[in-house]
Amino acid sequence: MEEERKFSDICGGRLALQRRYYSPSCREFCLSCPRLSLRSLTAVTCTVWLAAYGLFTLCENSMILSAAIFITLLGLLGYLHFVKIDQETLLIIDSLGIQMTSSYASGKETTTFIEMNKVKDVVINEAIYMQKVIYYLCILLKDPVEPHEISQVVPVFQSSKPRLDCLIEVYRSCQEILAHEKATSRSP
Amino acid sequence: MVLKAFFPTCCASADSGLLVGRWVPEQSSAVVLAVVHFPFIPIQVKELLAQVQQASRVGVAVLGTWCHCQQKPEESLGRFLEGLGAVFPHDPWLQLCRERGSKFWSCKATHRQVPAAPGAASEDQVMLIFYDQRKVLLSQLHPPAALPDHQAGDASASTGGLAAIFDTVARSESLFRSDRFDEGPVRLSHWQSEGVEASILVELAKRASGPVCLLLACLLSLVSAASACRVFKLWPLSFLGSKLSTCEQLRHRLEQLTLIFSTQKATDPTELMRKANMLVSVLLDVALGLVLLSWLHRKNRLGQLADALVPVADHVAEQLQHLLQWLMGAPAGLKMNRALDQVLGRFFLYHIHLWISYIHLMSPFIERILWHVGLSACLGLTVALSILWDIIALLTFHIYCFYVYGARLYCLKVYGLSSLWRLFRGKKWNVLRQRVDSCSYDLDQLFIGTLLFTILVFLLPTTALYYLVFTLLRLLVVAVQGLIHLLVDMVNSLPLYSLGLRLCRPYRLADKPPALRPRGAHLPPPQLRLPPQALLGLPVPQAVLGGAHLPLEAERGQAGLRGPAACPASTAARPRSAPTQPGWCQLPAGQRTMRTAAPACGQALPLGSQWGVPAGLPGCSPAAPRCLGGGPPGCVPGPWCLPVAAATCAPPPGLQGPLTPVCSPSGPGPSHPNRTESLCWCLLQGWVCEGATNRP
Repeated sequence: MEEERKFSDICGGRLALQRRYYSPSCREFCLSCPRLSLRSLTAVTCTVWLAAYGLFTLCENSMILSAAIFITLLGLLGYLHFVKIDQETLLIIDSLGIQMTSSYASGKETTTFIEMNKVKDVVINEAIYMQKVIYYLCILLKDPVEPHEISQVVPVFQSSKPRLDCLIEVYRSCQEILAHEKATSRSP
Repeated sequence: MVLKAFFPTCCASADSGLLVGRWVPEQSSAVVLAVVHFPFIPIQVKELLAQVQQASRVGVAVLGTWCHCQQKPEESLGRFLEGLGAVFPHDPWLQLCRERGSKFWSCKATHRQVPAAPGAASEDQVMLIFYDQRKVLLSQLHPPAALPDHQAGDASASTGGLAAIFDTVARSESLFRSDRFDEGPVRLSHWQSEGVEASILVELAKRASGPVCLLLACLLSLVSAASACRVFKLWPLSFLGSKLSTCEQLRHRLEQLTLIFSTQKATDPTELMRKANMLVSVLLDVALGLVLLSWLHRKNRLGQLADALVPVADHVAEQLQHLLQWLMGAPAGLKMNRALDQVLGRFFLYHIHLWISYIHLMSPFIERILWHVGLSACLGLTVALSILWDIIALLTFHIYCFYVYGARLYCLKVYGLSSLWRLFRGKKWNVLRQRVDSCSYDLDQLFIGTLLFTILVFLLPTTALYYLVFTLLRLLVVAVQGLIHLLVDMVNSLPLYSLGLRLCRPYRLADKPPALRPRGAHLPPPQLRLPPQALLGLPVPQAVLGGAHLPLEAERGQAGLRGPAACPASTAARPRSAPTQPGWCQLPAGQRTMRTAAPACGQALPLGSQWGVPAGLPGCSPAAPRCLGGGPPGCVPGPWCLPVAAATCAPPPGLQGPLTPVCSPSGPGPSHPNRTESLCWCLLQGWVCEGATNRP
C-alpha cells in the first residue's frame, strides 16, 4: 500500500513523503528532496567563471581559464556525489531493525542499520539550529552496559529536515510498530 | 512472533531435500546452513550432525524440508515431506517450497506441540532472509575468546541479535567439508557446491611452501647462530654493532624472516595477517632496493656521487671554519672574553684541519666503498637507507665531537656555578640527605669561592654561545637522520597486505584486533542493507539477480550528527598509548552481501541487504617499537614517533665515578613525566643527549 503526500522543509522547500505499508510489522518512509535547481547552478558557474576571467585579465595566463573550467566540473561532480542528497528512506521491520538510507544525486547510496534490540525508542526532539528552533526525529539507542540508559541519539532525515507535520506522521507509524514489537516480544 | 529463516543464496537453486542448520529460540530464528539431498538414510544424517556438533559446538539439527521441483508438489510428496517431520523431531518444522522458474516461494512453519495459550495459531508468519554464506564465512567475525563455550543449541546472552547468526555460520566450518559431489553417505549442498575459485599456481605454491619454508628456516637458523657467536659479544664489535643502524636493521630483518619462514602454522587470523604483512613488506623492500640499484648504476651515477662527496665535505668544513671565525670575532654584536674565545676557536679549528686531512686520505677509496654499499641495496631499500644513515653519522662525526666538547664544557661550568652559588649564600649540598643544608665557611674559603664564582659568571656567555651553536648544528644533523629513520620504519611496518585486502576483499577484514575491541563482550553490530528504490516491487529472484548489492559505508562515519553522548565504544577503542595515531589501526567497514525477502509468504518484497561492520586492522606488525613510546603490542607506534623526541638523556659518562657527588644535580632530578620537558631540562643542564642512535 503506497501513499504520497507533499510537505515542506524548514527552509520552505517542497518535500514529498512516500509511505509504504508492507505488513503490520514492516513500513517504509521515503522523503524526496528538491532537485538541484538550474538557477543556483547557473549562478555559481557564472560567479566562478567571472572571477577566473578577472584573474585572467590581471595575470594574462590562459591556464586560469582552463583551471576554472576544471574546477567547476570537478566541484559539480563532487557536490553531486558527496553532498547533494536526493532521497532519504527510513525502513522499519518489526523483529529485525531500523534502516536509514540516503541516496545521493550521483546514485551513491549510504545506509545505516540498527538492530531492534538496540533501539530504545523513537522520539521527536527540539534543537537550536543557527537562528531557528527546529524539530527532528531521532532514534534512541540503549547502552549495552546499562540497559536503562541511553548511549546514543541517532537523528534521521538530516538533509531533508522536514517540518513537524511530516515528522508526526512518521512518528506515529514508528510508534505503532514499536508497540507491536513490544507486545509480541512479551508474549511467548 | 514472526519466525525469521536465514537462507543461504547458494541453496536457492539446490534440489529438494532436508534443511540443516541451527535454531535460535531467543530470536525465533532458524539459520539454515546446508541442504541434504535425497536419497539419504536418516541414521547417517543423524550421525553426521552429531559429528559436526561435537567438532564445532554448534547445535546443528534438521530444521525442515526444502522442495524445489518442476510443478506444484503433488499430494503424496507433500505428505511424505510432512512425514519426515516424524523422523527428525524439531519444533517448529519449516517447510520451504519453490517451483522451478517461478517467482513465488511458499514458507510454512508448524508447531508440533499444542500451544498453551488458547487462540494462538499453530502456524507462524515466516520472514525469509537470504545471506551470502561464502562472505559471511570468510569475514571471520568471531566472538572474543573470553566468552565461555556455550552448550549446543544455546545462545549466549552477550552475543545478541544478528551477531549470533554470524557466529553460527562462521563456526560451522566442519559441516562444509563434504559436498554433494563427494562420495559420502550424505550429500550436502552449501556454498562450496557453487564452486570455489582457485588457481593452479596458488595450489602449487601452497604445496611447495612446505619444503621451501623448511629449507629457508634451516638457512636462517644457521645465519642467526653464526651472528650469535661469542666473537661479536666482545667489546669493540658489540659497541659498533649497537651504534650502527645497519646492524640493527639487518638483525630486525633476520628476525622477521625467521618468523615468516617458521614451520609452525599461524594459530589465529591476527598472526596470519601479521606474517603476511611482514612478507609483503620484505618483498616490497627488496623490490625498491633493486630499483634503487638499477638507478644508481645507470649513467655512472655512483661515480658522480663519489666524485661529489669529497668536495662537499670540504665545503662543509670550510663553512664551519667561517662559523668559527665569526664566533671568534664579535658574533651578533656580543662581546666575548677574548682569551677564552681564542683558545676555544683555535682548538676547534685544529680539529677541522685534522678532519679535512682525514677525508683527503680516504678519497681514493671512496668509490670502491660506495660501489660495495650500492650492492647492499639488493638486500632491501631499508638496508641501503640504514647505510646512508651510518655514512651521514660518520661524515658528521666532527660536528658530534664539537657538540660533545661544547656540552662538556658548559656542563662543567654550570655545575661549578651552582656549587659556588650555594657557597655564596652560605649553603652546601648534603650528599647523604640529598638536600641543601646551611654550612659555615671560613673567611678564606668564602673569599676564594666568591672569586671563582665571579670568574665563572663572566666566562659564561662565551661558553654558552659555543654550546648553543654546536647544539643547533647537531640538532640539524639529528633531524636529517631522524627523517631517514622515519622512512625506514615506514617501509618496515606499513601493513600493506591488510591495506590490499581492504581494497580488494573488504569482507575478510570485518573483525577488530583485540586491543581495539570495545569494552564488554559484545560484538560489533552487523548491518543489513536494503536495495535501491528501483528494485522494490520486483519479485525476489529478480531482485536478487538485479544486483541488489551496492557498497556499504562505515557505520561510524554515516549518521553525521552524532549526539554529544559519544559512543563509549569509540573512546574505549582508542589505543592506549598517546603518541600513536588511532587512524592507523582502524579502517572503515568491510562489506558482505545478504538479501532479505518477503515477510509474507509468496509476496515478493525484495529487500536486498548487505552486512557491513566497522573493521579493524587485525594484522598490525608487532615490529619492535622504534621509539620509546611503547604502546599496545598489537599496534605499531613506530613510524609516528619522532625519533628525536625519543632521546635518552644520560649524565655525561666522563663525570661518573668519583666525580658524581660534585656533579649530581641539586633540586629535582629528571623525573618529569613529560618527555619534551625532560629533554629541555637535560639540555639546559648540559647533559649530553644521545640522539636517535639508541633503539630499545
